[in-house]
Amino acid sequence: MQEVTASVLLTNKVGLHARPSVKLTQTAKRFGSRIEVATSAAGPWTDAKSPVKIMRVKASQGEMLHFKASGEDAPAALAALVEIVARKFDEE
Amino acid sequence: MERRLPGLAASRGLAFGPAVTFRAVGELRRVKGTVASEKQALADAVAASLQAVMALAGSLEGEAADIVGFQVALLEDDALTESAYAAIDRGMPADMAWRQAMAEEIAGYEISDDLYFRARSADLADICDRVLRHLFGLPELTQAPGGAVIVGEDLPPSAFLGIDWSQGGGIVLGSGSPSSHVAMLARGRGVPMVVGIGSEWQAVSGTVIVDGLEGLVLTGPSNESIERARRQADELGRSRSEAEARRDEAALTRDGTRIAVMINVAGLADLADLPAKACDGIGLTRTEFLVEHALRDEARQFETYAGLLRWAAGRPVTIRTLDAGGDKPISGYTIAGEANPFLGLRGIRLSLRHPEIFRVQLRALARAAALGPLKIMLPMVTMAQELEQARALLDAVLAELAAEGVAHSAPALGIMVEVPAAAMAIAGFDAAFFSIGSNDLTQYATAAARDGSEVATYADVLHPGVLAMIGHVARHGAEVGREVSLCGDAGGDPRAIAALLRAGVRAVSVSPGLLAQAKAAIRDVDLSERKPSA
Repeated sequence: MQEVTASVLLTNKVGLHARPSVKLTQTAKRFGSRIEVATSAAGPWTDAKSPVKIMRVKASQGEMLHFKASGEDAPAALAALVEIVARKFDEE
Repeated sequence: MERRLPGLAASRGLAFGPAVTFRAVGELRRVKGTVASEKQALADAVAASLQAVMALAGSLEGEAADIVGFQVALLEDDALTESAYAAIDRGMPADMAWRQAMAEEIAGYEISDDLYFRARSADLADICDRVLRHLFGLPELTQAPGGAVIVGEDLPPSAFLGIDWSQGGGIVLGSGSPSSHVAMLARGRGVPMVVGIGSEWQAVSGTVIVDGLEGLVLTGPSNESIERARRQADELGRSRSEAEARRDEAALTRDGTRIAVMINVAGLADLADLPAKACDGIGLTRTEFLVEHALRDEARQFETYAGLLRWAAGRPVTIRTLDAGGDKPISGYTIAGEANPFLGLRGIRLSLRHPEIFRVQLRALARAAALGPLKIMLPMVTMAQELEQARALLDAVLAELAAEGVAHSAPALGIMVEVPAAAMAIAGFDAAFFSIGSNDLTQYATAAARDGSEVATYADVLHPGVLAMIGHVARHGAEVGREVSLCGDAGGDPRAIAALLRAGVRAVSVSPGLLAQAKAAIRDVDLSERKPSA
């Protein structure tokens, strides 16, 4: 199956902190595709549907978030994830 | 028989009701069963915790709802329990496996350079505790009857949030501190609270009166005591609503002395529900939080300061330059590993060592000063030479802005008085204004840490030695015609206000939530009397 990738700059003030992590995983869970996130294009990759694992990444403001997804709805999933990050999780 | 247990008042008010004991999980140990039964026990405890937290989430709003929402997300995630199940497979009992897994997870948060992540370790500790309570069959506080008095050694914030306070109730703690997070929550919610009654808490049962005015707990109270508590609670409720009704009026003492009451803020969010006319301006803006991620970003700092000035609509806005260090570390800026950070490199000491970062803040402040009466306040000033060095940097920045043709204005440059040596030598400081930081001045003068519950009784702003320093600074200000204000918890504390005004303080700055209460307390003071009427 085709793998799609996307990346977006994390610009909200607090980074991938508690609330943003929850919003990111909630968005990811709306899609059937396998979705992973990383702060480097080379990985390590983290399950974008797990808030526990995303909190372990501790991504801060100014870091680039890379996504990769595989599955039928992969393109739509990445579009939605990039959008919520770019909108600063609707927090600012 | 009636017994009086003295402690420390942590949240004003009176409550009486049945005592409900909150027992910490502590060192309880589980008797190990088979691998399958240990796994089942952990799974059941996690499921029950999730259910309890979800029930809670529905009934909360704002920050409390966010805290609980985050806990729901983590408890729903299998990744949280993965390593605990693996440890059970290796032969560990469920409680130890869970404790160990959570300790690792918490350690991961705590080593982070980022304050936001570090702060979240408290949520994990909360989750850890909640699941353990279910493993050991300890009751959840959410089942406490309405109006109950919660009694324990200490109380985690999430336990506080899980209790239904709508029918009243109170808190009595054996240890704890009036400056703890849970004490702040209790004050915000108006729940009477007494801390530090010692090991006696274990014997508290039956009907209890919590006197959060006197810092007193009564067990087995007589009918008269109950009647009196009820009357006092009613009076307090009435005076609270009266105070709120008059929040926006100026504060005059009984003899007609006008006292300026300003507010302490840490950002624009603190101003959300407050009209500027309710106060006499902003007496303290803490910039640690605002600037932490914009140390070198002049434009962003300027925008924030400009927002404060727009809100104040012509009222003075006092902005404290970065007061990092002490209990406010900023990664890559403060130095780590100081044995005693409160006596280390903090405030202006640190700013003068990082002139390239200090300059950015001074430029943003001078630019914002073009929009209204902005005052710059330097924290932790100990020597006059520090004020002069800061002034030289500010002058250089002003010259630079003038040369660049950027709109700006020269802000008033004042100092915080929180180091006892500076307070006693105040005449040596050529500052435009003085602001007494009562929290730090008290802890330094009494040699008692602010947040240490064992020494909380020592750290009293009403100690004659501390009041003498405050009086000394106030007299100097009056003599030379420079404003003296007091920003710190004492300014909003009804027990302290009369003494502060008698010491000569004529301006206080308090957190927005205490504005009405501080004004009401000021209206009760008569400065024409020689001694307090009470």
